[in-house]
Amino acid sequence: MYGLGIAKGLAVTFRNLFRKPFTVQYPEEAVPQAARFRGEEFGWFEERCTGCASCAKYCPLGIIKIVTHPGGSNMQEGQSYTVDTFDIDIGRCMFCGLCVEACPYDALFMGSGFERGQYVRDDLIIPIEELKSAERRLSTWYRPQLEGKNYHPHKDEPLSWEEVGRK
Amino acid sequence: MPIRTEPITVNIGPQHPSTHGVFRMRVTFDGEMIIDVEPIFGYLHRGSEKLAEERTYTQVITLTDRLDYVSSMSNNLSYVLAVEKLSGIVPPERAMYLRVIVAELQRIVSHLVATGFFLNDVGALATPLMYCFREREKILDMFEMLCGARITLSFMRVGGIFQDAPSEFWEALTDFLEYMPGYIDEYERLITGNEILLSRTKDIGVLSSEQAINSSISGPILRASGVKWDLRKADPYDVYDRMEFEIPVGTVGDNYDRYLIRIAEMRESLKILQQCVNQIPDGPIRADTANLIRPPVGDAYGHVEGPKGELGFYLVSDGGISPYRCKIRSSSLINLTALKDMLVDTKLADMIVTFGSVDINMGEVDR
Amino acid sequence: MDNAYVPFKEANAFYGNLYQFLTDLTIFGVSPIPDWLAYLIAGFLIVFSVINTVVIITTLGTWVERRLIARFQSRLGPNRWGPWGLLTPIADAVKLLSKEDTKPDGVDSWVFNLAPLMFIVPPILIFAVIPYSHNAYISNLNIGILFIIAVTTVPTVAMFMAGWGSGNRYSLFGAMRGVAQLVSYEVPMVLSIVGVLLFVGSLSMVDIVERQFVPFILVQPLGFFIFFIAISAEMNRSPFDIVEADSELVAGFHTEYSGMKWGTFQLAEFIAPFGAASIMTTLFLKGWEGPILPGPLWFFLKVGFVWFILLWIRATLPRLRVDQIMGLAWKFLFPLGLINLFVTAAEVLAWGDPTGSEIWLMAGINWTIAVVCLVISSHLVSAKLTTRNSVLENAGNN
Repeated sequence: MYGLGIAKGLAVTFRNLFRKPFTVQYPEEAVPQAARFRGEEFGWFEERCTGCASCAKYCPLGIIKIVTHPGGSNMQEGQSYTVDTFDIDIGRCMFCGLCVEACPYDALFMGSGFERGQYVRDDLIIPIEELKSAERRLSTWYRPQLEGKNYHPHKDEPLSWEEVGRK
Repeated sequence: MPIRTEPITVNIGPQHPSTHGVFRMRVTFDGEMIIDVEPIFGYLHRGSEKLAEERTYTQVITLTDRLDYVSSMSNNLSYVLAVEKLSGIVPPERAMYLRVIVAELQRIVSHLVATGFFLNDVGALATPLMYCFREREKILDMFEMLCGARITLSFMRVGGIFQDAPSEFWEALTDFLEYMPGYIDEYERLITGNEILLSRTKDIGVLSSEQAINSSISGPILRASGVKWDLRKADPYDVYDRMEFEIPVGTVGDNYDRYLIRIAEMRESLKILQQCVNQIPDGPIRADTANLIRPPVGDAYGHVEGPKGELGFYLVSDGGISPYRCKIRSSSLINLTALKDMLVDTKLADMIVTFGSVDINMGEVDR
Repeated sequence: MDNAYVPFKEANAFYGNLYQFLTDLTIFGVSPIPDWLAYLIAGFLIVFSVINTVVIITTLGTWVERRLIARFQSRLGPNRWGPWGLLTPIADAVKLLSKEDTKPDGVDSWVFNLAPLMFIVPPILIFAVIPYSHNAYISNLNIGILFIIAVTTVPTVAMFMAGWGSGNRYSLFGAMRGVAQLVSYEVPMVLSIVGVLLFVGSLSMVDIVERQFVPFILVQPLGFFIFFIAISAEMNRSPFDIVEADSELVAGFHTEYSGMKWGTFQLAEFIAPFGAASIMTTLFLKGWEGPILPGPLWFFLKVGFVWFILLWIRATLPRLRVDQIMGLAWKFLFPLGLINLFVTAAEVLAWGDPTGSEIWLMAGINWTIAVVCLVISSHLVSAKLTTRNSVLENAGNN
């Protein structure tokens, strides 16, 4: 009979009127984030980096700029370079994480933030100073060692360079 | 005395609320009746195929994410299968199961989006759309647990996937399999029997099976036209040959059939997911491949049954680290070619509904 | 009851007192306000207050509507400005007023600029004859319902002016659809009202309320059904919103409008449901009358209820196609309206002025007829509209 389908539909919407909304009011309340969330604010550990620039080579868009000079002071490997410039232009970054995957020394990590809006494009470039001083809330993406510790970037403390290695 | 009438040409798109992206149609109307349709596309051309020639095989995966951005997993899978065929890599079993799981989740996501926007085009004030997106969010949350991204996933790698699924993913998936059938029932109650929807969609935009085959249509549209063709059965990849599921087939090939097929396919996907969860073995998730793959000289074509149809990657290798040529057989573009057959002699309002039921994605059409 | 002309200042207490106060005012022995000025001031004040009340309730209504539709869609809805987002309408108004008023090339300026004004005046005029409570109305026009039918046709012209003046093909499509739709739905709407008028024997809205022994929805179920559908179509509310049809025509006849002109269209469209709910309350739900609670409160409760149902339907149903809407009016509602009219006329002829038990007998007859008519006609309409199951074929290995 004509109208039964319409009545059924009206019943469904009426029931949803009394359901809890599934959206949240973002600035006051945020949806929980997964530990692997690939966010901005890359975590970079100068102590682990040898300046090999694998990350820059693997980046599909070529947005990592690295300038080095010989004679670094890497804590683990014998030979290394000192990194003078390590600029990541997150204005063009697509957060694929291939740079993190490429890093042989676990020196580069994806961050977990997503609130780095800027008014000027140039401000979206993360310079080396910021990478050095930033609080490292590391994503566990492609880092099984962090996942093994059940590390969560927002619930746990930021990590130092000794704690993030594979050994 | 007959009233003098003249046809008017209306430019629909590229900026229009329901052209699903930057699609443009030059439509000639006689009153409200359509007498000619000319689709024009290319507004979202980004040169993905050419860019692929400049990237290494692994880097191309990030490009495939952006083809059909509603179903990145299927794109990843299709490309990865092509590279594996090209270089003779066999992924481990656990990886194959995980790939099937994410591909089916992605199919549900894509069908939810398609159904939601289709109903929105019919004019239901975004209510079904919001309900569909509610469940889509749950799946996207699972993708976030799995690979840290929600839309552009870059989840798969040549020879497997990049990282094993965390334990929270399995819990979320088990929950999802429990409550999702109820939600699909809710969509059906909301709108499937609705007389307004029936009168708007039945026998509108009919595509006969003959026309569909001649235009090389694939996916839910082909099946709605009554052709029993699904690459998951016809040319099984990964572990689809071990799955038991049915192919929903339509009878008329109108808009309503296309809607029903999508709903039925979501239920079938849930069946496949349940079997995968039961069967998945332990083991490695990635074959021992170098990060920089150099496939032997040759060519290969990998294809999957994506949510919108057959999605294929044809790769030619010259032995280097990047493909010599990458051709994408995008389902959306080819499905669009039958648009004129479906639209002529329908009304303006039917045009939008038919266009919604074809379910295209401009990222894939223009590549 | 006699339909003699009642002087306005006697009927309306507020107006009468104000008029009296102004004319009696004396400063140093002279009365500074002449008779005609007092008449004007008092009239202006009462009209001013009613129009502003309507507009304020409507702006509040936009907030309620957006919140409720959000909840129907299991969203939160606007909640940024003020507590629970109550100041959102004010923010909207400020935004619209400060926006640039664009005017595309090829626009017929006069027609283009006049259309929003013509669109908003008629819905407000409806409230001139609606009785809110006992002796609370702007005017008790002896042709009240006729007046409403007359003014509600004016937006059709405004719609066509907007569509034609914009010089945009989407607008033209919307305007043509709008004219066809509104002209079609006038007929069933008037037919359904006539059933009520036969009972009452008066066109005055006050008389209609006062002579409802029981809410007329009980006696005139078919009439209410037809009127409900027809008035939804008159207002271009979902599922009859083909005039705007945002997924087809961008915004229909007001595609090219921006700033406060667009806001005026929008305001008129938000006032319309309140107007429609008020008419329905007056005609079918016994207006302000009800037990215990005071009259105005009953009136607003009933209006709110009808308005909520309109909203609920808007949140659920998809849109009909233009030819289906015309078909619904002429093939479905028009015959039903005629049946309703004949049955009611026969009953009124048989029983004269029905009171007491006769009215329940009539209600019984009318409900039976309504159900039978609806079932038969819906079967005729839905012969083709059965659901279909997709065939599940186990393809094996194909």
